[in-house]
Amino acid sequence: MEELNDKRIKFLEEKANRIRQDIISMLVEAGSGHSAGSLGMADIFTAFYFQILNHNPRKPNWPDRDRVVLSNGHICPVLYAALARAGYFPVEELKTLRKLGSRLQGHPHRNVLPGIETTSGPLGSGLSQAIGMALARDLDGKKYRIYCLASDGEHQEGNLWEAVMFAGKNRLSSVTVVIDRNNIQIDGFTEDVMPLEPLREKYESFNWHVLEIDGHNFEDIVDAVAEARAIYEKPTVIIAHTIPGKGVSFMERDYKWHGKSPNKEEARLALKELSQKGKTI
Amino acid sequence: MINPKVHLSSRLFNNTEQKPTRDGYGEGLILAGEGNKNVVVLCADLSESTRSEGFANKFPTRFFEVGVAEQNLATIASGLGVSGKIPYISSYATFSPGRNWEQIRTTISYNDSNVKIAGAHAGVSVGPDGATHQAIEDIATMRVMANMKIFVPCDAIEAKKATLAAAKIWGPVYIRLGREKSPIFTSQKTPFEPGKAEIFWSPRRGLKLRAVIVGCGQLVYNALLAAKELEKEKIGVAVLNCHTVKPIDDKAIIEWAKRAGAVVTVEEHSVLGGLGGAVAEVLARKCPTPMEFVGMQDTFGESGKASEVMEKYGMGTKDIIGAVKKIVKK
Repeated sequence: MEELNDKRIKFLEEKANRIRQDIISMLVEAGSGHSAGSLGMADIFTAFYFQILNHNPRKPNWPDRDRVVLSNGHICPVLYAALARAGYFPVEELKTLRKLGSRLQGHPHRNVLPGIETTSGPLGSGLSQAIGMALARDLDGKKYRIYCLASDGEHQEGNLWEAVMFAGKNRLSSVTVVIDRNNIQIDGFTEDVMPLEPLREKYESFNWHVLEIDGHNFEDIVDAVAEARAIYEKPTVIIAHTIPGKGVSFMERDYKWHGKSPNKEEARLALKELSQKGKTI
Repeated sequence: MINPKVHLSSRLFNNTEQKPTRDGYGEGLILAGEGNKNVVVLCADLSESTRSEGFANKFPTRFFEVGVAEQNLATIASGLGVSGKIPYISSYATFSPGRNWEQIRTTISYNDSNVKIAGAHAGVSVGPDGATHQAIEDIATMRVMANMKIFVPCDAIEAKKATLAAAKIWGPVYIRLGREKSPIFTSQKTPFEPGKAEIFWSPRRGLKLRAVIVGCGQLVYNALLAAKELEKEKIGVAVLNCHTVKPIDDKAIIEWAKRAGAVVTVEEHSVLGGLGGAVAEVLARKCPTPMEFVGMQDTFGESGKASEVMEKYGMGTKDIIGAVKKIVKK
C-alpha cells in the first residue's frame, strides 16, 4: 500500500472528483438511477480502489484478490465509475449504464462485468455472501480480505442481522463492513422511517469491533481499514458518516435525491460545480 | 410389465425395504464429500432430520451451522459457491427454498453460484406436523426460476445418486426429499442420467397402451402398483419416472404421449405449477394430449398419518387407478 501523504491525498481527491463527474454523466445519460448514495460513497470507493485494495484490474479473477461485495447494489454508478477509472473496463462504457445490451446493468450482475464479485440489488444479503467468501478463504488457507459495503437503510432487513450474528459468533475477522451512514432512505430519514440507532451498540453486542469515521476523510477511511486488518479476534464494522449527494450542493442531505437521476439542466449545474471544485484541489 | 432394462429391485412387490429419501441424501453427501474436497454442507438447525449430520461428523471443518436463519443459509452458500466451493444447503422445503426464495433467485440462480438446495420434508407425507410443514409448492417455485435444475428422487437409492450427480453439475440444483420411509424399488443398477426420464413399466405383450403415467418422487411406486392392478383389468399403461423435473425430458414425454394418447401426472405436490404443469407445457406446445393430474388439488393438507393424508387428498394407488380409468374413457 502506498504511503498516504499529502500528495497522495490530493491524488485521491482528484480521483473522487472525477468519479463524481462520471456519476452525474452516467445518470443523466441513463435517465434513471440513484444519485445521492452514489455521490456520498465516492470518497470511500476511491479509497478502496486506489489505495486500500490488493487487486489487479488486468486480472479480475486473480484468486488472491481482496473481495468487494457491494450489498446495496443501487449505488452501482459509483462502483462502475471506480472500476472503470481503476482500469477494469473502458471508461467510455460508463455511458451504457442501464441501456439494452450493456454490461452495466441497473443493479450489478456478476459474470458479465469484470470486477463485480456478486449480483446485488435486493437489500440485506451482501454481508452473508461476504461471509461465504470468508469461509471459503479460510478453508483454502488464503489471506485475502473481504469488504462488504452496505447502506444504513438495509439494516432494517432481517437477513442482514442473521449475518451479523453469524460473523460475530464465528469471529470472522477477515470480513470488514463499511456502512454508508447517510441517514436517508427512499421514504425519508432512517430515524423517522425505522430507527437504526444505537447502531454502534447493536454491532458491539453481536461481538463486532466498531469504528466510526468521517466517510469523506481519506486518512480516516484508510486508518480505519488498517485497524480492521489488525483486529484478529472479531469482525470489524466501520460506520462511515457520509453526506448524501456530497459534492453537489443542491443534492446534499436531501432524501429526494436518493432514487432520482438529474435532468439535463441539473446535470449541467452539478458538473459545473464539481469541475470548479476539481480545480481547487 | 416391469421394464427389465431399468433393473428395479427384485423385492419390488414383495416385502419391499423401506427408507426415507432423506437418508439417501445423507449417504450421497458423504460420498460427494469424499469425492471432492470442495463439497461443503450448511444447515439451519436441522442437521439430524435433514441427514446432514453424517457429513458434519465426517467433515467437521466443512460443515457450517447457521442456526434458524434460512435467508442466511442461502446467502452464505452463495458466497461459498462463487469462491470455488460446492455448498449443499439443507432444511425443510417450506423454509428453504420457501422462506428464502428471493435470496435463492438473486444470489444463487441469477448470480450463477454453484449451490445445491435440498428441501427435506417435502409433500404431505410429512404427516402429523400438518400443513405448515408440508411443502406442496416447492417444485413450482423453483421451476419458474431461470438457471435452476430440479431432481425429485423416487426412493433413497435414487436420492443418493441425485445428490452425487448434483456435485458434478455446475450451477444451482434443487433436490426434493421426503420425511417418511418409502419403498426402495430401484437398485444400484437402475440408470440415473440427469434430464433423462426412464420407463419403469410398459404393457405386457398383447395389451394395448392406453395411458402413460408420468410421475416423480415416491408416488412413482404407487404408480407401479396402479399399473399392476390396471393390467389385471386389461388396461395397459406405461409408467415414466421423471426424476428430473427441470430440464424436463420433453422427448420422452412427447414420444410416450403420442403412443398412449393420454397422460396422467402423479406428484406429491400441488397440481398447479409442478410436474403436471411442466408436462402440460411440453404437450400443449408440441403434442396436445388429454391429461389428468394426480396431486394436491389447490388446497393445503392437514395433520394425520402420512398414509391417511395421502389417501384423503387423492394421491393413493386407487386415485391413480381412478385417474387412468377416467382418461381412457374420454
